[in-house]
Amino acid sequence: MKTVCLIAAASALTLAAALPARAQEGDASAAPGAEDASASTPVTSADPAARGDTPEAQKGYDISARSDRTDTGFSDSKVAAKMVLRNAAGQESVREFTFSTLEKADESVGDKTLIVFQSPRFYDGTALLSHAKILDPDDQWLYLPATKRVKRISSDNKSGAFLGSEFAFEDFTTTELNKYTYKYVGEDEIDGVKTDVIERYPRYEKSGYTKQKSWVDQDIFQTRKVEFYDRKGDLLKTLTLSDYREYDGIWRSHLFSMVNHQTNKETDLQFDDYQFKTGLDAGDFEQAILTRLR
Amino acid sequence: MSSKIRVIAAGGLAAVISAAAISAGAPARAQGFEVSAEISAEVRYFADGPLYDGQLERWQPSFVLEPEILWSNEDGKHQVAILPFYRGDTRDEEREHFDLREAYYRFNSDDNWSLTAGLAKIFWGRTESRHLVDIINQTDAVEDIDEEDKLGQPMIHLNVLRDWGTLDFFAMTGFRDRTFPGRDGRLRFELVVDTDNPIFERDGRRAAPDFAARYSHYVGSWDFGVSVFHGTSREPRFAIDQAGGRIRPVYDQITQGSIDVQYTKDAWLWKAEAIIREGHGRTFFAGVGGFEYTLYQVFGTGADLGLLTEYQYDDRQDGIVIEDFGAENAAPFPGGPPAGTAVIAAPITIADNDVFMGARLALNDIQDTTLLVGGTIDTNDQSTGMFVEAERRLGEDWAVELQARLFLNADPDNFLFVFANDDFLNLRVTRYF
Repeated sequence: MKTVCLIAAASALTLAAALPARAQEGDASAAPGAEDASASTPVTSADPAARGDTPEAQKGYDISARSDRTDTGFSDSKVAAKMVLRNAAGQESVREFTFSTLEKADESVGDKTLIVFQSPRFYDGTALLSHAKILDPDDQWLYLPATKRVKRISSDNKSGAFLGSEFAFEDFTTTELNKYTYKYVGEDEIDGVKTDVIERYPRYEKSGYTKQKSWVDQDIFQTRKVEFYDRKGDLLKTLTLSDYREYDGIWRSHLFSMVNHQTNKETDLQFDDYQFKTGLDAGDFEQAILTRLR
Repeated sequence: MSSKIRVIAAGGLAAVISAAAISAGAPARAQGFEVSAEISAEVRYFADGPLYDGQLERWQPSFVLEPEILWSNEDGKHQVAILPFYRGDTRDEEREHFDLREAYYRFNSDDNWSLTAGLAKIFWGRTESRHLVDIINQTDAVEDIDEEDKLGQPMIHLNVLRDWGTLDFFAMTGFRDRTFPGRDGRLRFELVVDTDNPIFERDGRRAAPDFAARYSHYVGSWDFGVSVFHGTSREPRFAIDQAGGRIRPVYDQITQGSIDVQYTKDAWLWKAEAIIREGHGRTFFAGVGGFEYTLYQVFGTGADLGLLTEYQYDDRQDGIVIEDFGAENAAPFPGGPPAGTAVIAAPITIADNDVFMGARLALNDIQDTTLLVGGTIDTNDQSTGMFVEAERRLGEDWAVELQARLFLNADPDNFLFVFANDDFLNLRVTRYF
């Protein structure tokens, strides 16, 4: 029964999509209103309900849409990741895994993601496969190496903790543009970088948040910081994204640091160098492949 | 495994994880050698004294060694796995045993098929309380009575992955006998199983080939599989030698067809398995089905609580029949009747008309603490088998598991009655290397 925790954890499979607000669905990466966005991206229609009708809402939406678009077009990727959990007393626990991601073929479907755990050794070889969906719940399978069992699991959890960390499932799975409405609130500076500050409000059900506040830089359009406000409206967590590196126009943060202000616990999510366009195809992301991983 | 576009692994992939690099051609598949091991120390404490002569008293200390050697070439096309298993047990010599859980070579084609040759473990099925459909591997029954531990099965296995589903074909030989506790062991029948003298229905005995095939796929919220098996049954019947105080396992030739299905909706998992089997007395049907429902973040914490209920049904033949096993086994017991031996008509099952209920709690804490509690109650006579399994990690390299099994209200006519005095606690501490 050692992998029971992971059953819940699988909901966070689209972790690769954690990268700042990845586009999903008709999420209108190139919203018509985003005039200042790169003209090279095909323009699809924005979700009017997500974009809103006030100037502040639309500006917030458009800035987010532009940020979104800078992360697509990678085809497939592989990366080794390390999650360091730290409690208030400073004690640490480390989890290591590799991520493989197959970018969605078109906007009617989501990304496919495979996570294989290496440590703790307790979880060595355990794998989580996810086929992200747009409106329907994601399809997710868990592989348990001790029994060779592939088990379809529920993707219903949203505000629960990912593997005991300070990241909630929805921090990873609900980054799609149209899952929020937005409000532009002004400009700010973080470490000498000029940023736009935008508030976003979940449109999906069962969120643990009433509001998120994000800082998107005006230089490479990447999210630098996010504040999460709980159901009571109090500041719950702050996420800092740093160590951005560019791979042929695709930006990836290599350090996600989440601090919970109410428990004083922290989680760092560190990534090694990404490999893109490694030749993975849909067959590498089928549930039947899980028994062949080793 | 398919890497249609071969890409050279990017040099300098920093921070290689546990001595294994990520290969370019396969998703998160380790390349090169990966060697690790688990060592566990275990002790069982039985709450009551033994019911049968010769059984150990209260304490049963033991240990387990499980090395793991994995190898894959750079593009993941060629894989080798060697997973030996050794249980040392000073109290029950039948429980002290070695097995190769896995020892195989696999070729992964670019065209999404693979061929595996060697000893391997295969799991089929969906349900939690009973694994009816899972038939490829023999049960290592001295490990535990839950039929979750399996012996490595020699096989050639072809796996073909297509848009329309997955096909698996198996050709097997080298039949593995089921393990059973010895005279000293607890959790046995009154008569000791004479594992050195099994009776085989088929010529060729252990070398006789078995064949199996499976089609599995998923469509939307449905996952399903259809399987067939023809060969020597992994489940033995028993020939009874009352005077000699022993029983001999009888391995028959059977043909089994099965289906298994799961429907996943929100926090609900609906699961069912069913088999039809020919070769054990009259042809029979057995099924198990139910649900698993998960409550997230219960009690105002990050913990998840899963609730499980399954109904088990099995209409296999009851009772004892007199059979003649032919020249080779005509008089299986010294002094017994020369032609005709008393044999249980079909392998024993307790899951004939039972309800399983369980709950599992995952705390989702740093130490991955989990608790599983369950019980199976016979709807006819209320005989109940209960279990508790609690597990957590201790730091990065250690884990501890506490397990308990209780046999409550066992009716003398229920098979469970043989375990009536075998309530036990099992503490297991594992170190990972």
